Amino acid sequence: MKISDLTELALRNLRESVLRNSLTTVGISVGVASLVAMLSLGTGLQQLLSQRLAKSGLFDTVFVSSRRDLRGGMGREEERKGPTPGESRVLDEPARQEMERLPNVSEAYPDIRFATELRYEDKPHLTMISALPLSAKSNDAFDGMQGNFFSSDTGAEVILQKSFAEELLGKTPPLGAAEPNVAELAKPLLGKELTMRYAQRQAAPSTQPSLREKDTSVADDGVESAAYSVVSREQKLRIVGVSDLDPETMRGPTRAKVFLPLGLAESLHIMQPTDLREISRAATDQPVYSSVSVRVKNPAQVQAVEDAIKKMGFNTFSILDASNSLRQVFRVLYAFLGIFGSLALTVASIGIVNTLVMAILERRREIGIMKAIGASDGDIKKLFFAEAGAMGILGGIVGVVLGWAIGQIINFGTNIWLKSQSLPTEHFWVVPLWLVVFSIVFAFFVSLVSGLYPAARAARLDPVQALRYE
Amino acid sequence: MKTAPAVASARGTLAVRIENLCRHYRMGETVIRAVDGVSVEIRAGEFVALLGSSGSGKSSVLNLIAGLDRPTSGSVVVQDRDLAKLSREDLAKYRLHVVGMVFQSFNLIASMTLAENVELPLRFAEVDRSQRGNLAREALEHVGLRARMNHRPSELSGGEQQRAALARALINRPQLLLADEPTGNLDSHTGTEIMNMVREFNHELGMTVVMVTHERALAERYAQRMIFLADGKLIDDRTNSDRINNDRANAAAAADPREPGGRP
Repeated sequence: MKISDLTELALRNLRESVLRNSLTTVGISVGVASLVAMLSLGTGLQQLLSQRLAKSGLFDTVFVSSRRDLRGGMGREEERKGPTPGESRVLDEPARQEMERLPNVSEAYPDIRFATELRYEDKPHLTMISALPLSAKSNDAFDGMQGNFFSSDTGAEVILQKSFAEELLGKTPPLGAAEPNVAELAKPLLGKELTMRYAQRQAAPSTQPSLREKDTSVADDGVESAAYSVVSREQKLRIVGVSDLDPETMRGPTRAKVFLPLGLAESLHIMQPTDLREISRAATDQPVYSSVSVRVKNPAQVQAVEDAIKKMGFNTFSILDASNSLRQVFRVLYAFLGIFGSLALTVASIGIVNTLVMAILERRREIGIMKAIGASDGDIKKLFFAEAGAMGILGGIVGVVLGWAIGQIINFGTNIWLKSQSLPTEHFWVVPLWLVVFSIVFAFFVSLVSGLYPAARAARLDPVQALRYE
Repeated sequence: MKTAPAVASARGTLAVRIENLCRHYRMGETVIRAVDGVSVEIRAGEFVALLGSSGSGKSSVLNLIAGLDRPTSGSVVVQDRDLAKLSREDLAKYRLHVVGMVFQSFNLIASMTLAENVELPLRFAEVDRSQRGNLAREALEHVGLRARMNHRPSELSGGEQQRAALARALINRPQLLLADEPTGNLDSHTGTEIMNMVREFNHELGMTVVMVTHERALAERYAQRMIFLADGKLIDDRTNSDRINNDRANAAAAADPREPGGRP
């Protein structure tokens, strides 16, 4: 039989017992809706997370650390293959410049990060401070900032993160309460002065510093001795901005709440933990960095730049790595959500089997007549398949609409709640086109599989027996 | 297998050859010999009645000729096709193109209109939709039901339903018309009407007709040959001289329209 005839006959048969077939189709719709609901929740969460990561402005950044940094020993492949930490290269100024010269790199700047004391209105506050290059201005984190970004790379200026501003004003809200408005926090602080106390590293005059070059060999008999002194200093800083968002979301507990211009921070020669480690090894008062951030011109080049830096002998980390493992996590999450979503569809497919077996009993005589006037086993089989498939497609379409509607309601509901908590609204529930197509095709496929047994049974029916049946 | 030619093969050639046909059913421990060693030859264009009481095996023989059932042993050869050796697929094609069937209980599909019922075999034969409509109209015209083609079977009388069933049997221009008690559910007047149509198909289209009936009078009136079955065995096979005489009278009546008792 032709497809058009099959479809026509199948739809006619479905209309004949409209209640039963509608109920079965509703069953499929619910199954598909639950599948769509589960998978679109997965997609929504993934998109939400990816957007958050992208907003952090770190997608185009490679973090470089020395293999001498024992804290980072994670037993990675390249760490096990490469030289031992003691032999590996120092992350210093020449290395930074070399990275900056790599293709597709827009800048490479050291991470200067230290904990110190800030005095505001004669009250001391201990906090983590980090230095930012002027290019960080484009970071989305500074979008909602009050005041201005640094006027120059060496200006005696400071930007505060909102939570530190709260601390300075003594307004730290209790946990769970609504956060105060950043504009209100910034008003009394902008233009005010802070005093930063810091440890400055000064070359000791008694020893001639010798500049070490790329040669990092320690099998050097004539070890030169080096020394420097550490002096406590103060620096006055003017508050120019208060940022609403946290530019260092990814950093976890070591994230800074106060930011200095990078040029200023470098000129101050602030003592850092790595200095102490390196002084025992090499005689130099050249700065040695604990880590360097390398900005890549295009996020697509991150992998290539990472590889090039690894070849130079450093450890690298980028959000790309994080998002790779994240994608893995989401794949597993997807599979689980998919399995749970499919459960309802499985139940619905049993409904199809039941409906079609009932239909065979009811239409036994009709099948006998069709066979007597020339229908082949294949024709009867195809007819039942067409009925199953039609229920599948109809159920799939209704199910997708239903799933989408449920998603919209949940989006609406959660956003009302988020607004009541004065949090920004989000789209948790995303139904991408592929999911729509996949769900309908999947429902169709499941229905056909459900139709296998009834179709085979109908086709095998003995026409003589069927015609005798009243 | 190709679509059957529109007109049956030449009269007098062998249409159906049944040789030592057996159909046994197992019912628990006992074996029922519904058909037990029947051998018959039917010529093309013949009108044959299969007679016998209920349980004599006449319907079983008809189902075997129709290719709805397979013999336990023996053979049914229709136009050089041994039905026992055909695949299920080929047997379906045989039923579609070679055989037309009418039943005691009409067997129209209740959810379809007359036109849809009549064109159903054409759907299985994958005939184009536009052609199908014309053929169905033509067939219904032939049985005088053109005006009722969009009615459902339940809206028609028994006689009309059987006429529609005849139109359906006719639509693929089969060589072999098999009728299983075609007048069993009809009053004598409508029964006559149906039988006259069957005879017309036999005469004008040259279709071979095999009719199962338990009414001897009906057989004597219409069939050229009567085959008697009892307990699955052939007990008598005789040419119907009455019918042949009738035919002569009818032919004369057709030649002279004033003669009473002419063909209706």
